[in-house]
Amino acid sequence: MADQKASTSIEAVQSGLAAQGYIASRQIATAVYLSQQIEKPILVEGPAGVGKTELAKAIAAWRGMKMIRLQCYEGLDEAKALYEWKYAKQLLYTQILKDKLGEVLGGAQTLHAALAQLHDFGDVFFSKEFVEPRPLLQALEQPGGCVLLIDEIDKSDAEFESLLLEILSDFQVTIPELGTVSAITPPTVILTSNSERDLGDALKRRCLHLHIGFPEQRLEERIVESRVPGISQALRRQMVGFIHEIRSLDLKKLPSVSETIDWARVLVLLQATELDTEIVKDTLNVLLKYEADIEAASPQVTTFIAKAARSNVFG
Amino acid sequence: MRENLHRFFRAARGAGVHVSPAESIDAMRAVAQVGLSDRAVLRDALLLTLAKSQDEKLALGDCFDLFFSQPEPRQDQAEANSEDDASQDPDQSPSSGAASEAGDSQPPEGLGSLAQMLLSQDRNAVAAAIASASGAASLSDIRYSTQRGIFSSRILDAMGLQRLRDDLDALTATNPALAERLRTALDALREAVRDTVSQGLALYAREEAENLRNEILRNAPLARIERRQVAEMRALIRQIARRLRERYSKPRKRQRRGHLDVRRTLRRNAAWGGIPFLTAWKRKHRDRPKIVALCDVSGSVAQVSDFFLLLIHSLHEVVDDVRSFAFSSHMIEVSDILEKKSPEEAMAEIMSKVGFGSSDYGSSLVDFEKDFMSALTPRTTVIVLGDARSNNLDPRADILRRISERSKRLVWLNPEGRLAWGFGDSEMPRYATFCTVVRQCATAQQLERAVSDIVATYQ
Repeated sequence: MADQKASTSIEAVQSGLAAQGYIASRQIATAVYLSQQIEKPILVEGPAGVGKTELAKAIAAWRGMKMIRLQCYEGLDEAKALYEWKYAKQLLYTQILKDKLGEVLGGAQTLHAALAQLHDFGDVFFSKEFVEPRPLLQALEQPGGCVLLIDEIDKSDAEFESLLLEILSDFQVTIPELGTVSAITPPTVILTSNSERDLGDALKRRCLHLHIGFPEQRLEERIVESRVPGISQALRRQMVGFIHEIRSLDLKKLPSVSETIDWARVLVLLQATELDTEIVKDTLNVLLKYEADIEAASPQVTTFIAKAARSNVFG
Repeated sequence: MRENLHRFFRAARGAGVHVSPAESIDAMRAVAQVGLSDRAVLRDALLLTLAKSQDEKLALGDCFDLFFSQPEPRQDQAEANSEDDASQDPDQSPSSGAASEAGDSQPPEGLGSLAQMLLSQDRNAVAAAIASASGAASLSDIRYSTQRGIFSSRILDAMGLQRLRDDLDALTATNPALAERLRTALDALREAVRDTVSQGLALYAREEAENLRNEILRNAPLARIERRQVAEMRALIRQIARRLRERYSKPRKRQRRGHLDVRRTLRRNAAWGGIPFLTAWKRKHRDRPKIVALCDVSGSVAQVSDFFLLLIHSLHEVVDDVRSFAFSSHMIEVSDILEKKSPEEAMAEIMSKVGFGSSDYGSSLVDFEKDFMSALTPRTTVIVLGDARSNNLDPRADILRRISERSKRLVWLNPEGRLAWGFGDSEMPRYATFCTVVRQCATAQQLERAVSDIVATYQ
């Protein structure tokens, strides 16, 4: 019975994401379902432009939750990711309250007594009001839960990973002056990585590991269909077939899904009805981002179009 | 099922996927959520929770397919079995009738449970019996292919082979036809058990076998390695390089307290009129290694040089700057070739340029002094890899002395054993006087230690 429920729920995830314009493969849907059920973050790896970030956006839109995004970069630290004290506000308040403090402390006879009284106030300036929450802390404080996207974690330093461990496994952070802040509702955490460097085992252990590669031809056609509704079916097939041929080349950067969608938009704008050598050569710069890649691909264009057309007939 | 999952985790470890207890708990929870009815979903769930990289996913996927395909061959076996029997049946129709009659009247005859199971051709029961018997014989402990026999017999024993033999003996006397049938069934059973054990070996023993092979490989002399092992050795060298990188790539922060850095302290406290509120201490500055490698690529040493160059050039994160030179009768710089090409191509090109000559250390050192002496700085470690056999030509040890004076350290790695140094045309003792360290370096293990020590002196 539980099995039945699981497979239908996985389908529900799939259709829910599809309603937001995100066509998910079964693996992706399973990962999203499991992360919800066993409350684990998802670490998404894969080449650039296959929809890693889109996935988080789609989940947020589907569940109607807020999305909080933390873009990682070299040098990102605690103060920018987690929380910071509002120093200026603290200073300002001490200035404003100077007289008041004098009044309160005025009653003290000795230095010791004044100090003892001051101790009671010390914590006032290190309280919740003076904490500036950054994305990670914000995510924990959302009453209705949220989707926390930690984008391109591989760009950050290795030390930052360690900072994330507490939040990823227990959904809490410890602020020395305030104590531990736990999540009101555990957020759905998505981490993305382009595998620029190897992530630590400790981080990987805490996550479900999802690898999104280039989609199969059928799936990619569906993705184009949902993103670029204006394109005719024949052209869609042809162009996706062509892109799959291009991906078989040894290029610096292979065109990924986002390039496919861009290209589909371009073709629609140019009012193309089918692929021909001319139009492909003119728009190849949408697909390929390096001069060397374009040079390598352009002699093959005619053969690829023929191949794509042939597979179109049989497929 | 719990038991099965545990066995799967073991199999996964065998396939080289690191499954920690925490991950297995996650996998259990995930499986409890998705259930077992849909194999594809189960596969996805296990891949999501256990595998942490693309390679691991591939390995685990294969492992999953192998593991859960286990019952299938046995069923085929049983099917072939029953077909055999069916084909036998027509010619032995009277006896088979008798057999089925006997089958009905078996309990009173007092046959063992295994015999009954085989005669009634209950495939599922046999499969289950094999599975439970392999559990009892702890098949998942199998490590080496030589253990196949013992595990097969253990499983058969656990299934009650002894009793079956007694039954067979008894039947041969009373009911020869039934005994014949039982015998063929037993042969089929043996085969099925052997298949199970082979499968078990493929599943559980991979890691151990690999460890053993690597251990042997690590201690094999590099110069006399067989052609088919070269690829494995390359993989091993890469592994060593990764280990060294992990160990040395991050310089540990070591602050040397005690010596005040007056200049920095004054600068830092300029805001307070030079009153030193904040102190700054002198830090020990450590450089990353700069390496100049001179490799003999004449016949006997070429293979060792090949692996050495591969190792040195895989240490980018640890080593700041490597310049490699290859020589036999004259010397050329090979850093570019090694950086740009794959190891195989690079070595082929180097060999075609300078290899296969008879080695002449003297003129090679002259080449080095003439063209590349400027590569040496007081922070450079010079590594010479060679057997120091110079075919009785002038060794020019004076150049080596100058090299030694200009560099931080001079390390000589010699693939020959110490015993051979100084005999025949070996110039090792003469060169050794100018070297900081001289060590033997014939196996992958010695290579690792040598390079590790060189890098460690910079830490």
